[in-house]
Order: sequence, then structure tokens, then C-alpha cells
Amino acid sequence: METKTEILVVGTNGPILATVLRLLNSNEAWNATGVSAVEEVISACESKPYAVVLIGAGLSDAEEADLMARVLQINPDIHVIPHYGGGSGLLFAEIYLALAGGANN
Amino acid sequence: MAQTVLHTADSRGGADHGWLKSYHSFSFAGYFNPERVQFGALRVLNDDSVDGGMGFGDHPHDNMEIISIPLEGSLQHKDSMGNLATIEPGEIQAMSAGTGIYHTEYNKDKSKAVKFLQIWIFPNKRNVEPRYDQVKIADAAQPNQLVQVLSPNADDAGVWIHQDAWFNMGNLETGTSVDYQIHKKGNGAYIFLLEGQIEVNGQQLNRRDGYGIWDTEGFSIRATTDAAFLIMDVPMEF
Repeated sequence: METKTEILVVGTNGPILATVLRLLNSNEAWNATGVSAVEEVISACESKPYAVVLIGAGLSDAEEADLMARVLQINPDIHVIPHYGGGSGLLFAEIYLALAGGANN
Repeated sequence: MAQTVLHTADSRGGADHGWLKSYHSFSFAGYFNPERVQFGALRVLNDDSVDGGMGFGDHPHDNMEIISIPLEGSLQHKDSMGNLATIEPGEIQAMSAGTGIYHTEYNKDKSKAVKFLQIWIFPNKRNVEPRYDQVKIADAAQPNQLVQVLSPNADDAGVWIHQDAWFNMGNLETGTSVDYQIHKKGNGAYIFLLEGQIEVNGQQLNRRDGYGIWDTEGFSIRATTDAAFLIMDVPMEF
């Protein structure tokens, strides 16, 4: 059985987070999990090898910077990327590009 | 020296959902082309047609500046901030999705399709307060001149967004020309030809072609037929 790509999504807007997770999990190759705070991201990344951390809406600039630094300290191979758009429009391209190595910038 | 990129109309991605036909100048939804992701801060340029009586149900957006420009027909917008409005040709709508917004977009006229451009610009700040704006632009339009329809400034002509971007629309008669100066150092311009034929610094464009130009202070547009176009002046780095 092929291993799914693990994606962690963080965002404080519950309905939008749920939409993003539903869209990501519609791809059979991906398994997406959602959390709503930086500490939950850190805890999740310490317990599971995520390939991508997608930063959704609602965190402050400082929280986003803190999250990125701490996640990369746990595992520098994790692609940490901001999400834009809130729905299906850009979501898949963001993940494809991150997995191709275009993240953490 | 100016750098350029030409996206011919027939090279765009496409989606046909029956009631919705869309051409994507850049990767969007099910269309993914790693060579066609964005032009600077311009991330989405969708050329949409929605059948009469149809539309987009309630769906979310966040952290994006979303601009709609109707070309034919009318589009009703209803959002989670309580805005209910209809936009028609000669108007422009801008929405800062920021921390999150839900909206619907419907063509209430069952007798004809609505055709419109939907444009997404990356914001210069994430998680802003969501906002909606709609402005009539037809009154300012003059033949053979550019009319500004979007800027970063609330007190300037057209709608405003959270990005150092400026949009101008032009209607040129055959044989006439206009010069365009890039608004800000580091910006580039993406010209989208709505109708007719034009030349941008000698490069011929046909209907629905897109042409990006950057590392330059300006360019010249000459109409080889009666033509209508949109210039999107956006940061190349942001």
C-alpha cells in the first residue's frame, strides 16, 4: 500500500479550515490534518513526519514566523508554505509546487 | 532591457463545467502548469462565462485581493459581510478576502450568460480585515485614452486593494496609440487584450492574448484594429 503524503494545515477560521481539509483529502495521495494554533503545529510535527505545513488564515505575522522557524528546527525537510485564496483555486498548485521543492521561501 | 512573456489565447488552461466555461491564464483549480503560475503578484486571470440562472454557490476565500470585471451580462454578489450587489459592464468589484469571507456569485438573468474576468492579486499583507468595494468606471472612460480602474490608494480613481498594483483599461480606435509608464520601480505590466488587435512595442497581440513586460519603465500600445484591453501593473517581487 502506497504511503500518503502527510499535510498539516493550520488556520483559525474553522469553516475555511474544514473546506481546505476536505479539498486536500479529496486527493487519494494526500492525508491532511487540521490544527488552529502554533503550539498544536509544533506538537504535531514532533509526533509525525509531515511533508507540508500549510499556513492558513488567522495567525499573526509573528506567529507565522515563529511557526516556520520552529517547524524547520524540528525537520528542515518539511515544506512550510503560506496558503492563499481559501479554497480550491490555488490549493493544489501550492501543494504540487511545495512537493517539487519550491517552498520555504 | 525589457523582458517579456507572451501567453497566446489558445495556450491558456481551460475548464468546462457545463454551466461554467473558464479559461485560465495561470494555473488554477484543476489546471496546473508549473511554467504558468503567476506574473509577479498577479496570480489568477480567469476569463469566465456563466450560463443564465447559474452561478457559484457559497464558497470561502482568504488572503487574496479578488477583482471582478464584467464584460457582458450581470453578476450578483452576496457575502458574509452582508453585502448584496450586482455588477455590470462598466463597473469593477474588489474584495479583500483577508482573514476570511464567504460569498456567492450568481447570474440572475436566465436569458443570457454573464462573461467576466476574475483576477486574483497576492496581498501585500496577510490577514487584513475583509472588505468589499464596487465602483462605476464607465463614466470615466474616454476613447483613445487609458482610464485607471484600480490602485493601492483609497482616494484614487477606481477601486483600491492591498497591493502596489494599478489597473488601467483602454479602448483604442484603429491606428491610435497610447504610452504607458510603469507606476513603481520593480513593477511589471501584464496586458490582456479583450477585443481587437494591438501591438505592444511592436509585438502583435490577438483577442484574449496576454503579454507580460518588466524591467522597463514603460511601453507603447498601438491599435491595429479597434481594440479594448486591460493593463495590470503589479509588483514582480512582493
